[in-house]
Amino acid sequence: MAILNKLQTPALPEPVLDRRQAVPALIENPEDFLMVAGLAGTAWELSALTHESHSLFGLGGAMGAAPMMGLGLALAQPKRRVLVATGDGELLMNVVALATIALQNPPNLTIICVDNGHYGETGNQDSHTGLGVRLDVIAAGSGFPVVQVINTNEDLAEGRRLLREQNGLTFILLRVTEGPATHDGKKNLVPHVERDRFRKHLLG
Amino acid sequence: MTAPSWPDEVYALLRANNVTQFAYVPDAGHKVLIDRSLADPDVYSIPLTTEEEGVALCAGADLGGTRAVLLMQSSGVGNTINMLSLTNGGKFPLLTLVSMRGEYGEGNPWQYPMGQAVEPVLKAMGVIVLRAERPDEVVPAVAAAITMAYQSGQQVAVLLTQRLIGAKKF
Repeated sequence: MAILNKLQTPALPEPVLDRRQAVPALIENPEDFLMVAGLAGTAWELSALTHESHSLFGLGGAMGAAPMMGLGLALAQPKRRVLVATGDGELLMNVVALATIALQNPPNLTIICVDNGHYGETGNQDSHTGLGVRLDVIAAGSGFPVVQVINTNEDLAEGRRLLREQNGLTFILLRVTEGPATHDGKKNLVPHVERDRFRKHLLG
Repeated sequence: MTAPSWPDEVYALLRANNVTQFAYVPDAGHKVLIDRSLADPDVYSIPLTTEEEGVALCAGADLGGTRAVLLMQSSGVGNTINMLSLTNGGKFPLLTLVSMRGEYGEGNPWQYPMGQAVEPVLKAMGVIVLRAERPDEVVPAVAAAITMAYQSGQQVAVLLTQRLIGAKKF
């Protein structure tokens, strides 16, 4: 059996938060945001949390799209707070998008990476972050002016504050224990239905 | 030889149609449009690291009610394929201008595989392909593509062919 190299990077503490509590606790009131949620655990999670909000576009494919969709939306709607929530696997697929986003530096955009260190939807294989890759360091190196790591319940309070009060491009690494996102209330995520619903609600 | 006028005319046409997000991977064939967008205080000029970022950006811009254009080279089309699932499945308008390599008079053998695959690959992903072969065809083709994308909700690529822009010395 091949053993993947566990990186000897300065380690973050072991994750202790359960995403089923931590994601709702961080986002609190979804109606405060325009949201894009990445394939697929995060999209289902947010879909359930928001009861399929009109202000949510959840991705069931096009892996790696969520951060850049958030950028296009944030530039188009500078007066609204835009939230991208996505997993470590989805973010890793197009991770250099963080650099593209930082060059534009939209102050109304926050990217939350729900990092469980695993590909939860495909058999729970280790992801690069589970083997030591530091997305918070990548975000900082890409030029994100605000980077926060959430490891504990105490950190969640600061995360909630950043989401609502921070005026500046923000990256939040929400570290959670492995295990799938909730599939309760899972929706079909039909992309053209989501698009029409989102635009009608936002643009009339 | 004087510089052709169509690049500036295309920029004016895009701006007259309220395109405000210009996304691109730097490319000689799009130099005028890129430079014009950088100099324009009323638009976002958005350099990408890879073209698939641009497809997702265009979809996000549409969610927010604005118009984006993606400028790329033929080789970059290959980087977009799965991301076109988003614009296809979501019925997002997509306007992309593609500067072609790997066709008429190409001297770099590396450009042929992707250059020759551009049309079948785009069509396989539901993108409508228009070609501009002569300078006088460019502005009408882009005008048609603007209508098809933003009025009719289609995904449209305008290929700025190598016969039009010339084969780059290699």
